[in-house]
Amino acid sequence: MRSLLAKDLLILRRSRLLVAVLVLYPVAIALLIGFAISASPSKPRVAVVDETPPDTTIALGNTRIGVTQYTDELFSQVQVVRVPTRAAAVAKVGSGDVLAAIVIPDDIVSKISSGVRQAQVEVIYNGDALKQSFVRSAIDSALAQANLALSQQIRAVAVHDIDLLLAGGSLGSLGSSQDIVGLRHIAPTLEGVASRTPVGADRATLKKIAGFAAFAAGNLGVAKNVLTTVSQPIAVKSTLLHGRRTPLDTYAVVVAVSISLMLLSVLLAAGGVALEREEHTLARLIRRAPAADGATRSLAAGPGAAGPPAARPGVAPPAGRSRALVTREALLAEKALLAAGCGFAVALAMLLGVSVFVALDVSRVAVWALALICGAIGFASLGVAIGALAHEVRAASLLAFLLVLPLAFLALVPSGSVASGLYSVIGAISFVFPFKAALQALDAAVNQSSSGLAVSLVHVLVVALGFGALARLGLRRAE
Amino acid sequence: MTPLLRAERLGKRFGSREALREVSFSAHPGETIAVIGPNGAGKTTLLSLLGGVQPPSSGAVVRSGGAVGWAPQQSALYSKLTVSENLRLFARLERVPDPEAAVARMLEQTGLADRARDRVQRLSGGNRQRVNVALALLADPPAILLDEPSSALDPGQRERLWSFVGERAAQGTCVVFSTHIVAEAGRYANRVLALDQGELLFDGPPAELAAEGGGGSDFEAAFVSFLRGRGRA
Repeated sequence: MRSLLAKDLLILRRSRLLVAVLVLYPVAIALLIGFAISASPSKPRVAVVDETPPDTTIALGNTRIGVTQYTDELFSQVQVVRVPTRAAAVAKVGSGDVLAAIVIPDDIVSKISSGVRQAQVEVIYNGDALKQSFVRSAIDSALAQANLALSQQIRAVAVHDIDLLLAGGSLGSLGSSQDIVGLRHIAPTLEGVASRTPVGADRATLKKIAGFAAFAAGNLGVAKNVLTTVSQPIAVKSTLLHGRRTPLDTYAVVVAVSISLMLLSVLLAAGGVALEREEHTLARLIRRAPAADGATRSLAAGPGAAGPPAARPGVAPPAGRSRALVTREALLAEKALLAAGCGFAVALAMLLGVSVFVALDVSRVAVWALALICGAIGFASLGVAIGALAHEVRAASLLAFLLVLPLAFLALVPSGSVASGLYSVIGAISFVFPFKAALQALDAAVNQSSSGLAVSLVHVLVVALGFGALARLGLRRAE
Repeated sequence: MTPLLRAERLGKRFGSREALREVSFSAHPGETIAVIGPNGAGKTTLLSLLGGVQPPSSGAVVRSGGAVGWAPQQSALYSKLTVSENLRLFARLERVPDPEAAVARMLEQTGLADRARDRVQRLSGGNRQRVNVALALLADPPAILLDEPSSALDPGQRERLWSFVGERAAQGTCVVFSTHIVAEAGRYANRVLALDQGELLFDGPPAELAAEGGGGSDFEAAFVSFLRGRGRA
């Protein structure tokens, strides 16, 4: 096996372009995918026409809210391109310079301040369905955020006014700065007055009014809570059931490294085995030739048998089993070892390199290595199976790409994002291929995520054995 | 004389197709045996069974006296390696006692010493075939199997190849080769095996086959006539 390994390393060394592509392509693909996973979606360019006068405020009760508070919230989720008029905004949308335009009319302040008329903003769209969907989603989300911000402002003003009505104090909203009594003080005051009033109709009336004041004070207190609920009906409370939360950027690193490991190991293993067929050397290597020791050997078979026969009358008995230059198992193991070794080296270098920029726990490098080795073996086994079934390097490479890239994407489909039946199918497919298990193992090794490292490693190795057996079956015929 | 190779009722099936049917013959030291026949006759299948590339479906191949070299129809070489690297690799895999000496010997015998450091991908078809045959001879086997060794060669290259093979036969090596150039069988072999549809139709000297085909100096025409006489052509 050492001679074959040295030969393959020599061939690799002489195939510099191939090696460069084999290393750079997976790394580039992995980085792109990692970047796509970790990066936030970009903000759509949206033209904004703000027709409200500068420094306009919305009067709510005794409080004034600056319009900029509202519009800042609205614009926080888009890339704002300010334009002076609606016509200019329409022109920008039409030319494709912006994906949409938002027109904030000058009457928005009066409508909001009226408290009875709904204020409106105008949104102008253009572009294809995908772009429209993207920008609509972004603007709807921005409007929801802005509405929430405004309702919270309104709630704060209302709660302040209710407190004033209940507790009393200075009330300037009605144009005067006089103090008001406050509902909570009215009932005890009236009760005191009533107790000093002679029994009769006036006293009964005073007591009735005092009772109503107490009732009103109690229920107005409840109204504050109702306002809070209405302004934000559903609040989010996050609970992580178990394990450690994987940060998105380090998970992206794990995905990127796993994809690099997979592409490199699978392509190298598949190409290595297929090359033996393409160069017609496979038959020369694995034919069962007699040993070069001059001993008498025989090779024959009964119907359907592949091994040497028993001695028969008239036939020289075999002095030993005929041997192949390399057994099929050793050949597959050598290709898998080479591919897994190269994949492991590149993937470990990637992880160590990325750890300079992303906070990874480098003290766990031994666990990383274990996960990478097992993953590399899994991928290399898949590669030798592909190489054994394909008869040319090109076919093997194409088959490898066609198989592994969709598998990687399937393994990354989150649960709940597709119908449960489809997700079960995806899960079953991912289960029989090494990518998902290798990804989980590496995630557990790098991020100490909740999925069990040992279980994932065993899973990868079992899958590797399965593909190893398939590869052996594929090499049944030498030609 | 003890045969070096013996095929006993050798048969091979690929699914429902019978590629070889009960073929029996013996090959002795110093013999040069040509396996001829139309396309699909079973020539390559017979040589691959004798070489241990695939197991027979029925019958047996019995080898005596040591290794059997095998050179496939298409050059089985690593094109990114040099001539000497290919020879050295297979010498080690064949566990030749002194690989470097074996490499030097084969380079000299094939006349490729000056191309030893050239990568195989830069060699002509003829030189590749010489390396291909040299690999079969690395372990100095008493018998070699050559599957259509001259098919990709020009007349000059063919002449050099047969000269080289003839020298080996003269030294006592048993050479079994297949060819679709029937005239080569008449010229270079001292025994002919004629196959058709997996069946061995003739085993004997070329002159005898020519006589059965009606005589004459054109061995190819005699072979076609022979097949017609058997209702095969």
